[in-house]
Amino acid sequence: MAKVLMTGNAAIGEAAIRAGCQCYFGYPITPQNELTEYMATHLSRRKGCSFIQAESEIAAINMVYGASLSGARTMTSSSSPGISLKQEGISYLAACELPAVIVNMSRGGPGLGSISAAQSDYFQATRGGGHGDYRTIVLAPSSVQELADFTHHAFELADKYLIPVIILGDGMLGQMMEPVEFKYEAPEELPIRSRALRGAKGRPSRIIKTFTSKPAELEEINWSLFRRYQQIKKQETTCDAFMTEDARLIVVAFGIAARIAKGAIKTARANGLKVGMLRPVTLWPFPSEKVQELAKSVKQYLVFEMNMGQMVEDVQLALGGNGEVSFYGRPGGVIPTPSEVYKVISRLYYQKGLK
Amino acid sequence: MEKIYTRPKSLKKAVFHYCPGCGHSIVHRLICEVIDEMNLQERVIGIPPPGCSVFAYHYFDVDMAESAHGRGAAVATGIKRAYPEAIVFTYQGDGDLAAIGTAETIHAANRGERITAIFINNAVYGMTGGQMAPTTLLEQKTTTTPYGRDIKLEGYPIKISEMLALTKGAVYIERTAANSPANIRKTKKAIRKAFQTQIDDLGFSLVEILSPCPTNWRMTPIEAWQWIEKVMTKEYPLGVIKDTTGKQDAD
Repeated sequence: MAKVLMTGNAAIGEAAIRAGCQCYFGYPITPQNELTEYMATHLSRRKGCSFIQAESEIAAINMVYGASLSGARTMTSSSSPGISLKQEGISYLAACELPAVIVNMSRGGPGLGSISAAQSDYFQATRGGGHGDYRTIVLAPSSVQELADFTHHAFELADKYLIPVIILGDGMLGQMMEPVEFKYEAPEELPIRSRALRGAKGRPSRIIKTFTSKPAELEEINWSLFRRYQQIKKQETTCDAFMTEDARLIVVAFGIAARIAKGAIKTARANGLKVGMLRPVTLWPFPSEKVQELAKSVKQYLVFEMNMGQMVEDVQLALGGNGEVSFYGRPGGVIPTPSEVYKVISRLYYQKGLK
Repeated sequence: MEKIYTRPKSLKKAVFHYCPGCGHSIVHRLICEVIDEMNLQERVIGIPPPGCSVFAYHYFDVDMAESAHGRGAAVATGIKRAYPEAIVFTYQGDGDLAAIGTAETIHAANRGERITAIFINNAVYGMTGGQMAPTTLLEQKTTTTPYGRDIKLEGYPIKISEMLALTKGAVYIERTAANSPANIRKTKKAIRKAFQTQIDDLGFSLVEILSPCPTNWRMTPIEAWQWIEKVMTKEYPLGVIKDTTGKQDAD
């Protein structure tokens, strides 16, 4: 189909509907309201579909849990403070191996923070976020087109691995308009998941739970989850490398920050500086192997994030001392410009004697 | 010889873990009897809460899933919206439904969600060891009101069923008790009506059951039955609180 001009938030909604999302549960919070509104307009009256503006983010994520129990493709969306409230439900989804898509169009924090774009929920998203040992797949788009593509991909991953998938965007991606093409269309009828609760008809009754009075049983559940996480690490880790072949300095950035960094790198290249970029597309699993591969030839890294330094820890872990890491961050919802980032890059480039 | 009393088909052959004199096992059985009589075993999905009845899924032979504390009404909403053919019930205690889950309960009722809540009111948090519940009576001693519930400090016993009755989406609410053969029969009738309300697609239904907890009340089972009659029903009068199921304009 032809490209259409849409906000990032609306593009997620359209992509979700085309991916076969049947149930959406949300709660108003800026800067993601256009998504909830899109679902109210386009999903709520569709046959076999349901939309609820819930009484809270906690209720919304638990409705997602219920819909997923019954086998529906389901999603919720929010922004940072609301995502904190959803952590309880995300832990239950992960524990009970239930697929769901959770969109975080993140904003400045901590606390009520600001409504401007930020990336300060990286830790929360990539470390599980709620109680207990678990992970969620975290996708970090950096354009409206990727918001649409990754939404479809998120539903597929969630169903494939029976896991909640987080799309970690930000207020800027959600609000900005770009041309977008919707490349996917789910089949009319999606297969019913094998563990779905739909009444014990023609089969024994089924229990979905983790609670047990036997710790060894729960230990085995944890092992089984982590075996699956190992599989996800092997099969689903993705990243995007830009001009890294001859690079002497590599900028590591994700999401909208990678978009800003790209502009800075183009200026650097125009000025003869050999700078490239590594953009993790999956934040969990983190592309550690790619970092290690790059470390064989590149020793200088600049991690650029719109926070006080969160992903930088994963870069350091991946390098394991085989490279030098610098960090530049702007927290609180401040949007840095490409020329600002270029100044940081060129200063570092000369300081480290790369020219 | 005619068999007049038997294990309901939808009640698993498992030994209840509940304390002697506890009301849960009685109510579990009643729900199973109703499920059998209404031929709903293949359609029911139950949501038990964290608490003493967290293991309810070991007794009900129907599809069940655990819920986070207090979120039963939201989870049930999600199930029912995703799969409207299901008959969905939550099984919740007073702390679950009337404290931590108040918001989820009120809004599910107000939206008229086609779900049924079985609400066990025993005036304490049972599983955690007998702390004050929102429904704990004035002057009642619990582990967190060791001097008795004081209205100046802890406020009043909450009448959540009466509050829910104010929402238009709730169409059937009745309070019963599991403390005598007559009241147990009335409880079963109320559960049946609550399920029928859902089947008829009329709105939200709830049965509040005053239920004995001899262990945490520090009473014998017989004293607990008597305490419900003499003390609890004065604060929480039995009977139909709301029934608009017969009305054409029922929401």
